[in-house]
Parts: sequence; structure tokens; C-alpha cells
Amino acid sequence: MTEAETTLVALQQALEERFLDSVEFRDQLTAVLQPEAVVEACQFLKRRDFDLLIALTAADHWPEEPRFEMVYQLFSVKLNALIGLSVSLEGDEPKVPSIESVYPSANWHEREVFDMFGIDFPGHSDLRRILMPHDWEGHPLRKNYPLGYEEVQFSFNFDDIDRRKKYAKD
Amino acid sequence: MLEGQMEVTVDELRGLVSERAIQGETMLLNMGPQHPSTHGVLRLILELDGETIVNLVPDIGFLHTGIEKNMEAMTYEKALVMTDRMDYLNNLGSNLCYCLAVEKLVELDVPPRAQVVRVLLTELTRIASHLLWLGTHALDLAAMSVFLYTWREREILMDIFEMCSGQRMMTSYFRPGGLWRDIPQGFEGAVKQFLELFPERIREYESLLTENPIYIERTKGIGVISTEEALEIGLTGPILRATGLPFDMRKAQPYSSYEQFDFEVPIATNGDTYDRYIVRMEEMRQSLNIVRQALDRLPEGPFRSNNRKFVPPPRSELGHSMEAVIHHFKLWTEGFLAPKGAVYVPVESPRGVLGCYLVGDGGPKPRRVHFHAPSFANLQALPMLSRGHLVADVIAIISSLDPILGDSDR
Amino acid sequence: MGLESKLGNLGAVTTSLEKAVGWSRTRAMWPLLTGLACCAIEMMAAQAADYDLSRFGMEINRASPRQSDLLIVAGRVSRKMSPVLRRLYDQMPEPKWVIAMGDCCSCGGVFNNYAIVPGVDEIMPVDIYIAGCPPRPEGLIHGILTLHDKVMAEKLA
Repeated sequence: MTEAETTLVALQQALEERFLDSVEFRDQLTAVLQPEAVVEACQFLKRRDFDLLIALTAADHWPEEPRFEMVYQLFSVKLNALIGLSVSLEGDEPKVPSIESVYPSANWHEREVFDMFGIDFPGHSDLRRILMPHDWEGHPLRKNYPLGYEEVQFSFNFDDIDRRKKYAKD
Repeated sequence: MLEGQMEVTVDELRGLVSERAIQGETMLLNMGPQHPSTHGVLRLILELDGETIVNLVPDIGFLHTGIEKNMEAMTYEKALVMTDRMDYLNNLGSNLCYCLAVEKLVELDVPPRAQVVRVLLTELTRIASHLLWLGTHALDLAAMSVFLYTWREREILMDIFEMCSGQRMMTSYFRPGGLWRDIPQGFEGAVKQFLELFPERIREYESLLTENPIYIERTKGIGVISTEEALEIGLTGPILRATGLPFDMRKAQPYSSYEQFDFEVPIATNGDTYDRYIVRMEEMRQSLNIVRQALDRLPEGPFRSNNRKFVPPPRSELGHSMEAVIHHFKLWTEGFLAPKGAVYVPVESPRGVLGCYLVGDGGPKPRRVHFHAPSFANLQALPMLSRGHLVADVIAIISSLDPILGDSDR
Repeated sequence: MGLESKLGNLGAVTTSLEKAVGWSRTRAMWPLLTGLACCAIEMMAAQAADYDLSRFGMEINRASPRQSDLLIVAGRVSRKMSPVLRRLYDQMPEPKWVIAMGDCCSCGGVFNNYAIVPGVDEIMPVDIYIAGCPPRPEGLIHGILTLHDKVMAEKLA
């Protein structure tokens, strides 16, 4: 058994029923957890030398439910092992506890996820927008947020765009 | 009180700066986004007591490009061009990271020749990136001539990239499954020439800075961080290695045949700005070493996979093979389909761990692409590194972190 | 002394005031030291040893908009950056010129999305557009020389 597998088995024993599943895809191990177990799982993994948080992000599976998925990738420099944590969140205004108290580097990453997906992190010290302007409306990386595509003017839609963008002619 | 003197309201600042600043005891100074030494469009709010930094609040996002959202709207292969423009000093490295993620997701093999060429070019990119860093870092500390010397050598590398891909910076040369084209004639000669020239040039740069008393005075003991603190705050790359931990993704989790190369991971002990300089200089030598080995062992063979479901057929086949035409048409209109699942691939960029998190949903477009950007993670440590130092030292600390705002804002 | 003794006494050189003003404006154009993204790297390359922009009287980049008369918008302009850039433009004294360097700030380039302003001409008047992603340093130099021609042709009244 590799280090990551041993750690995952130990994590399952520690979390019991809050550990939902473990997934192996392309040689990568991911533990699927209940949202409230994230902080405890991180504390557990940090005690076992998983000291570097090398990704914290989310994915939007709209229109499927549960809609959002939080993803954490933890790396252990000592054991040279990578473990992923995955948490599914339901609804349009999801919440998941902040892991900033365990991994201080999660601060900006959680702000980014808040900015881009609108996921709330109770317990975060300074949850503001980080990439978009502070008065921006909406959360761009949600699947139901438009790309904001500027249409290209061809002969078939020339007049149509001209009508909408009057200043383009000036 | 601050009211009336600023464009922002005091409430917006509450919580970011100390109560002393709200009372007017300490001074708030805005730096950036247009500032010569913030390396792009980084904005900082400095809280100063005299000339000492009490606190520092970075404000990023001025170069937020929506790359991740844009990639979701493109097929896997077309989305590649976005990765060049993300970290624009490590174009080929970002290409590599994304290609590895796609290849892992669809289980696509890469022929050995392509792997070695990838290593070779990624290491040249690392040298080009460190050269730019060295030039601008020295320029920030008022050593103008280093800038002119490093750009002279960078141009040689730009010529090599242009030779391969036709572009100086936005190469898009690595494609899922291999390379865009085989390396051109004259490539090996050009790289050999660079290999002969460059060791002497590194010594030249070192003779300008390493024992320069002004440079030492401005960098030694500035922005010190310990290994434990660095891991806590998520620092990686040369900054982490300067604290004494030999952690390098190329050694820890080798990718693209790095395990076949013999190289060292340079470290230093103090974790200050000067040590980061030492580590990066030594890294250039090690990269050169890898390039030399890659050139010696460059295997013959195909330069991209012949799995026609993912890699377009060569132009010559299109004339006489109906199957090739169909594959070509399918790949350039619909693109290839990737299975449901998520992969995470970390690689070592010149700035630290660059990770690509890629989610496929069975369709031709990625459901989610996320890049764990090293500049984003490293910039987070800026307040911690700068507290208690003078304003002039912040300049040295920013440049020692080597932030690329395109990388951090994406 | 020097040139005069070789050429003899030239006396007065006559030219139109417009030409004299245009000439003096083009020979010492000071660009604002601001870079946004990838194009800024090529802009630096144009100023470095190999391409040597100082041949055209432009080796001094001023970091203050009050001291510069040319704004080279080098890179993509995000929605968050656009008010800042407009403010920099407003702070520059007349006469001033703007070069949109690269595809992103000419038309949005490959980034057709919510975050990027599709062309910097949405927020300020642009004199010269330079195509390329990023343009080569030669491209930038060509753009600057084209701007010089444009300035030389400007009428005073």
C-alpha cells in the first residue's frame, strides 16, 4: 500500500460515517467527505505530514445536483504523496467551513472561490472579492453566468450589431 | 481622521489596516497598480509608521482575464492557447502542465522524442524566465546594467523558440499527444551554441552582483522566512528552496521523463532575498545541465502520438486517406471527447508548483479547468515577509518573490 | 567648430513652424512606464540592448503620467484596470498620444469574455494599433515610427 492509501484508510477510521467514499481515478486518490468534516479531515491530514495545500478550488456541475464540488489537494513533502478531498454542496447558496485555521494559505484561495463561485466560507477571517472589482455583480465561473462574448460582425448580422452598438460607426 | 482625504470610505479600510491608521497615527500609502517595481499591475496598500511597514494589503485582480472561463468554452486542444498567456514568462511550462493534464485524463501516451524535447524546451524557458527575473530584480535595486546583459541572452532563447514554433513568446508548441511539429533543422546547433556561451555569461552576472556590497546590503536579511512558515503560507519554488528544503516537483513526482535526468536541487539556508538570488542562479546552471543531457540523448522517432482519435494525422496523409480526412475533420470541428473524471497534475514552474486541475464530463469541452498558480500562492506571503522592513525593502521583497500578475490573476 | 566649420556658415535654416514643432515632439517622446501583460515583456525587449529603442529618442520611460506624452497600452485591459488606465490617460498633459500594442488592447484578442475590455479604444482615443500577440519588438518600433509620421503631419491650428 502506498502512503496515500494508508493515510486514507486511517482517515476513514477517524471520520467514520462522515467519510462517504474514496475514489481512485488515474492513480489519484480522492476522499469524498461530508461538508462539516472538512476541517477535521484537514487537521488529521496535517498531523500526518500533509503540510502543503497545493490546490483549493471548486467546480460547478450545473444543472445537476448537488451542484457544487469543493476540491482540496494536499501534498506531503516528507511522504511525497498527494491526497485529494472532495465535498459536494447542494443548492445555489452553498456553505462549507473555512480551513484557514488549519492551512493559513487557504485564505486567498477561499476568497477566489467565493469571488468566482459565490461559495460562503463561515469562519474565514476576511472574505472579500479578490480578482473581480469589489462592486461586481454575480460570480463569473458559475455555469449559468454568461461568458460575456462579444459577437463578431459578419455580413449576415451586420445591421443587427450596428443597431445595438451605435458608437462602433463613429 | 482620514475622512475627506481619500477616495475610499473608511469603512472599506476597517479590518484591513490597524486602528492606528484610522486614527491617523500611521500613514496609508497606495502603491500601484501602475508602479515601476510592482512587476505588472499589483496594487499594495502600505501602512507606514515613519518609514517602517506596519502592515501591507495586496490587491490583485487588475489583470484578471477570465482564462478559466474561456477555456471551458473551447475544445481541449483549442484551449491550449490560453495557457501561454497565463504565465507569460513560462509559456512552454504552462503548455506542458495543461498537456500533461489532458493526456492523463484521456490516457494518451507521448513518444519519447516528444518528452525529451518538452524537457529541453521547458528548461530553456526556465532559464529565460530567470533571466528576466534577474534583470528586473537588479533594475529594481538600481543596478541597471544587469538588465541589459540578461536581455541580450534572452534574445538568443527567444530566437530558439521562434525557430521551433514561429512565435517568440506565445508558442503553443506542445500539444496533447506530443508536439506541434518536429524540431526544425538547425535547432540542435543553436542550442549547442547557447550551451557553450551561457556558463561564461552566468559568471558575468555573478561578478556584477554576488559580491557587490550595495546589493548585499539591500538583500541580506531582508524578507527572511523559515521552512515551516513557508509551507504554512503555501510558498513553493525557489523561495521555499532558499529556506533549506530541497523540494522540487521535478524530483518528487517526475513527469515527462524528468526521472531520466541527472540534476541537483539547489538550496540555501537563510531564506532571505539574497538566498533566493543564489538559488535561482544555481538553478540556471542546473537547467543548463538538463538541456545538455537532453540534447545528447535526443531519441529518434515520432514527435507525436499516432493515436488518431486524439492527435490529427500528418498533412501528407490527407491527400490519399479518407480515414485521415475524417479524423482531421472530427478533431478540428468537434474535438476529442474526454471521459468523466477529474485529474490534478502538479509541475515545477520557475516560480513554484503549478498545478492543473482538469474536470472532464464526457464531452469535447472541459467542465472545469483550474490552475493553481505559483504567483498567487507566493504573493500571499508578501505581508508576512514585509512587516517591520523599510519601504525600500518592499521593492526587493516583491521582486524576490518573482510574481507574474498574469499568472496570479489568470 | 565641428559641423559648422565643415559646412561653412549655413546662416539661417528656414522651415515651417509646424514642421519644427512636429520634429521636436517626435525626437524626444517620453512613454509612460506602464506595462499590463505579455506585451510589456516585448516592450521591455524593444528597450533592451538588441532592439535599442533609444535610437528614436525614447530611452527614458517616465513612471509619472505628468511627465510623459505617449501611453503604450501593452497588454490586455481588464474591467478592473480600465478606470485606472483612463485616469493615467487623463493625468497626462497635452499633447498626448496612445499606442494600442497587441491584439488584446486593439480588439480583445483571444479573450472574448466578461473580464476583458474588447479594445482599449472603448475607454480612450487610440492613435496607432499594433497587431500581434504579442507584436515583435520590430512591430512596436514600426508602430512608433508610424506615430512619428502622424505627429509630423499634425497641423497646429
